[in-house]
Amino acid sequence: MKMSQHPLVMIGLVAAVTLAGRALPTWTLSLATIAASNALIALGIVVLARTGNVSFGQGLFFAAGGYGVALIANAWGLTDAVAQVIVGAACGGLLGLVIGPLIARYSGIFFGMLTLALSMVFYGALVKSTALGGSDGFNVGRPSLFGMSFTDPREADFMLYAVSVIVTGFAGIAATILFRSEFGLASLAVRENNLRVEYLGLSANRIISINFLIAAIFAGASGAFALMAQRHIDPQFAYWTTSGEFVFVAVLAGNQSVAAVFVASMALELVRSFSNLYLPNTWQLVLGVFLLGVILFLPHGIGSLWIRDRRKRRISATAPLTAERGAAP
Amino acid sequence: MNFFLTIILDGLIQASWLFIVALGLTLVFGVLKILNIAHGSFYALGAYIAATAVTMVAARGLPPSVGFVAMLLSVTLIASAVGLLLERGLLKMFYGRDEVVLLLVTYAVFLILEDVTKLIWGVNPIYATQPYELFGNLEFAGLYYVGYDLVLIPISAMVGFAIWFGLNRTVIGKIVLAVIHNEEMSVSMGVRVNRVYAIAFAFGVLLAALAGALTAPKISMQPGLSSDVIILSFAIVVIGGLGSVEGAAVGAILVGLARAASVHLMPQAELFMIYLIMAAVLMFRPEGLFKRETARRI
Amino acid sequence: MDRLWRTNRAVLFASVAATSLGLAVPASAQETFKLGIVTFLSGPAADSFGVPARNGAQFVIDQLNKGSVPSPYEKVGFGGMKIEPVIIDENGGATKQVQELRNLYQRDNVDVVLGYISSGDCLAVAPIAEELKKMLVLMDCGTPRIFEEAKYNYVFRTAAHATMDNVGLVRYMKAKNIKMESLSAINQDYAWGQDSRADFVAAAQQLYPNVKVQTDLLPKYGAGQYGTEISALVGAGSDVVYSSLWGGDLQAFILQSVPRGLSKRSQLVFSAADHVLPPLGDKMPDGTILGARGAYGLMSQKSPLNDWLFKGYEAANGVYPVQAAYRSTQSILGLKAAVEKAMSKNGGKKPSTDEMVAAMTGLEWPSPGGLIQMKLADGHQAIQPIAFSRTKYNPDLKRVDLVDIEYFAAECVNPPPGVKSIDWIKGGMQGAKCN
Repeated sequence: MKMSQHPLVMIGLVAAVTLAGRALPTWTLSLATIAASNALIALGIVVLARTGNVSFGQGLFFAAGGYGVALIANAWGLTDAVAQVIVGAACGGLLGLVIGPLIARYSGIFFGMLTLALSMVFYGALVKSTALGGSDGFNVGRPSLFGMSFTDPREADFMLYAVSVIVTGFAGIAATILFRSEFGLASLAVRENNLRVEYLGLSANRIISINFLIAAIFAGASGAFALMAQRHIDPQFAYWTTSGEFVFVAVLAGNQSVAAVFVASMALELVRSFSNLYLPNTWQLVLGVFLLGVILFLPHGIGSLWIRDRRKRRISATAPLTAERGAAP
Repeated sequence: MNFFLTIILDGLIQASWLFIVALGLTLVFGVLKILNIAHGSFYALGAYIAATAVTMVAARGLPPSVGFVAMLLSVTLIASAVGLLLERGLLKMFYGRDEVVLLLVTYAVFLILEDVTKLIWGVNPIYATQPYELFGNLEFAGLYYVGYDLVLIPISAMVGFAIWFGLNRTVIGKIVLAVIHNEEMSVSMGVRVNRVYAIAFAFGVLLAALAGALTAPKISMQPGLSSDVIILSFAIVVIGGLGSVEGAAVGAILVGLARAASVHLMPQAELFMIYLIMAAVLMFRPEGLFKRETARRI
Repeated sequence: MDRLWRTNRAVLFASVAATSLGLAVPASAQETFKLGIVTFLSGPAADSFGVPARNGAQFVIDQLNKGSVPSPYEKVGFGGMKIEPVIIDENGGATKQVQELRNLYQRDNVDVVLGYISSGDCLAVAPIAEELKKMLVLMDCGTPRIFEEAKYNYVFRTAAHATMDNVGLVRYMKAKNIKMESLSAINQDYAWGQDSRADFVAAAQQLYPNVKVQTDLLPKYGAGQYGTEISALVGAGSDVVYSSLWGGDLQAFILQSVPRGLSKRSQLVFSAADHVLPPLGDKMPDGTILGARGAYGLMSQKSPLNDWLFKGYEAANGVYPVQAAYRSTQSILGLKAAVEKAMSKNGGKKPSTDEMVAAMTGLEWPSPGGLIQMKLADGHQAIQPIAFSRTKYNPDLKRVDLVDIEYFAAECVNPPPGVKSIDWIKGGMQGAKCN
C-alpha cells in the first residue's frame, strides 16, 4: 500500500485542504464549494463506471436530492447544512434503490441512454409542475450549522466550503477503501466479463445495483450542496447537459486518483469562469479547446500529472467500455 | 377521419427531416461506434450554409428554384469537406480510446462549433424563406398545407432509399456493412478501415447538414439551434436501434406521429411522449426495435 | 498531489494578484464606477433580447461617458465618474449565473451589477446579492414572483413585470372592439409561457366573460417547427389566437403559419413581438395586434430623450432599438439618477451601496419609454406605461409600421402595491386608474 493512500494520510489531507480555505480569497470559496460538490457526484460516476456502466442521467438523483432538501427546508424549516446533506443523500439513495435493480441488466450505451431518458422524463415533470415553480424553480433560505447561523458572507461561504470539502473528502476516502475491497474488485470483474462473474456464483446485477446505489447517494448529497451554494433550484438540475458535465469531470480526472476528481472539477470551474469574464463571446470555444487538450495530452486524466501509471489499463477505473470496443486498430 | 389524416400527415412531415438527421447519426455510430453529440451542430451548420446560399442567389435576382438547387449543392460540398477534415484532423487521434472519451470529444466539438457558427454568422436571425414558396399551397382535409413541407416526405424517402441501396447493393456499401458487423475480421481481410471511417463520418455530417438545409427555409437560424436536434435524433436512433437504417426510419415515424398525436389530442403530454416511448422501448427491447443479434463474449 | 495542488494554488494567487492589480491602476476609485452587466450573448435569447440589450447599454454608457445625453442626464458618467462596464454572458443556466454574480462582486469588485433577462436567473441571483449586501438592478425579466414571494433590500427591478403585458393587451382588444367569443393559445412550456397564458386567460375572462378557451397548446421552448400546432390552431378556427412566443420561436411560428392561412382565420395577438418586426419585414401579416412590454421602439412617444436613443442607436447599430435596448437604457439611467441623488446628499463622494440603495428606493425618473416609477414592493419594483398597436407593412420604407397605437397609464395595467398580480386580475382589477 502506498503511503499516500493510507486513510490517516488522506484524512490529514482533507483537514489541510479545509483549513487552507481560511487563506483563500472569498470568491474562490464558493467556486471550490461547487467544485467539491461536482467532484462528489463525479466520484459516484467513477464508482459506477468500475462495473462498466456510465450513467448519463445522474442529474436525476442530483435533482432528486436538491428538490427533496429544498421542499423539506421550506416546509419544516430544516436549515442545518449537515442534516440537509443527509436528507439529499437519502432522497438520491431511495430513488437509486428503486431504479438500480430495474436497469442493472442493461449495459454499455443502452445503460447510458436509459438513465438519460429517465432523467429527461423527470425534467419534463418538473417543468410541468407549477407548484414547484415550473422552469423558473424556487429559492430556499441560507443554511445554518449546528444551530449557528452565519450572517457574515465570508463566514457563511467558509462554512459551506468546509462542510462540502469534508463530506467529499470522506466520500473519497470511503471510495478508495471500497475500490480495494473484495466487492470493489468484483465490480471490476463485472466490467471485464459479467458472465464469468455469474459462473463464480456472484450476482452481477446485484453488484451493479449496489454501485448504482452508491452513485445515487453521492449524487443526492451533491444536489444538496449545489442547492445550499446557490439557494435556488430549477429543473436544469435534471437536464442532460448537467449530467453530461459530471461525466466530463469524471473522464477529465482520469482513473488514478480520487483527489484528481476534485482537482479536475476545480480546473473546469476556473477555466469556465475566467473565459466567461475575458472572452464572453467565445467562452464555449475556449472550454471545448481546453477539454480536447486535456483528453489529447493527458490521456489518463489530470491525475496522471502526479501519479505515474504503474497499473495496466485493464484494471483502470474509468475505462468502462473498452471491453465493448474490443481490439480497435 | 379527417382528423386522423391530419395527425398522420403532420407526423410524416415531422418525421421526414428527423429521419435524415437520425440516419446520419446511426451511420456514424454503426461504423465508428461514436455517439456523435456534435451531430446537431452539423445540422445547424447545414441550415446556415443553406441560408447564405439562398440569400446570395436571391440577391442576384435569380428564381427560388435556383436557390433551392444552389443550397443543396453548397451544403453537399461544404459539409463533406468539413466531415473529412474533422475525421482526418481530429477524431483520428482518439481512435482506440473508450466510447465515453470519444463521446466527450464530440461534445467538445459541439461547444467549439457553437461559437464558430456564431463568429461566422453572428447572433442575428437569418432567413432563407424563398424556397418555402416554391411548391405553392395545397388544401387537404380542410386545412392548408405548404407544398414544400409535403415535398420533404418523398425527398427523405428517396434519401433513405439511396442510403439503403448504397449499403446493400454496392461494393463500397458491402465493405461498410462488413466493418459495421465485424471490424477485426474486415481488417484481416484487407479492408482499409481508416478510409471507411472517413467516408462514413463525412456521410454522417452530410446527412445532418442536408436535413438542416432542407428545414432552413421554414425556420429562423439563430444560436441554440443545435442542442434540441441532438436529443431528438438520439431518441429516434435509440428507439429504432443504433446502427440500423430501417430502425431510423421507423423511429422517426414513431416520434413524428407521437408528437402529432399528442399535440392534437392531449397537448400537455407532448414533452414526455418521446422520452416515454424511448424508455419503454429500452425496457422491453433494449437494443432498439431493429435488433441485430450479436454474439455474447464468454 | 502535492505538486499539482501547489501549481493550482499558484495559478489562483496569480490570477487574484492580476485582478487586484487591474483594479489598482486607476489612481483613485472615485474616478470610475465599475458596472457589471449580465446579458445573453449566446443561446436562443441572444438575438432578440441579449444583444440589443448589450448594444443599448454600450450606447448609453458611451454617451454618458462623453456627457452627450440630453437633459436631465447631461452630467458625465455617473455624477462625474466614468462608467467602466464588465460584460458577461447570461447563457449557461442559473447555477452558473449564481457563481458568476459572486465572482463579479467578490473577484472583480464591481460596484453594482445590472442585467438579467431570464426570469429563472433573476429568481436565482436576487437572494445572493441580498446576502452579499451588494446592489443588484434587474433590467428585464418578467416574472412577478421575484418581489411577490420575497422581500429584498438590495435588489431592484427597473421595468414592469409581465402582468401589464397581458392586462394591457386585453384592455387594448376591448378598446378596439375585437370580437373574442372563442380563444386559442400557443405558449412555450416554461415559466414565461405558462405565466403569460394564465394572466391573459384570467384578464380575458374579466373583460370578455363569455369567452371560450379552445385549443391550448404549450410546445417546448425552442421547438422551432410548429407544423402540427398550426394544424390544430387552424382546425380550431377561434376568433383570437394568443401567443407569448418570442424570438426565433415566434419568427418560425409566423413564417410557418401565414402560408397556412392562420392569420386569415383568426385575429393574431402577441404579447411581446416588437423585436421580430425588423427581421421579419413583409413576412409579418398586416393587422396583427402586438405589444412591446412598454412604450418602446416604434410605439414610443416623442421626447428629446427618445429621439436621442432612437436616432443614436439606429446610427450606431444599423437597426432601430427594440424593447431590450430600451430596458437596458432605462435601468442605466435609473441607476445614474440614484447615484447622483446619493451624491447630492453625501457631499459629492462616491456613494456607498447603502446610500445608493436608499436613493433608488421609490425613485422616479424619465426614460425614453416614459416615466419609470419604483412604486411596488416598497419602492423596489417599477411600473411604467405601455402601448399596443396593429401592424401595417410600409413598402416605401421597407419596414413594418405600427398603427392604431394606444397608450395605457402605468396604474391602469399594473396591480397596486401589496396585491399579488394574479389575485388582482382575478378580483376584477380593482383600483386600476385608466384615463
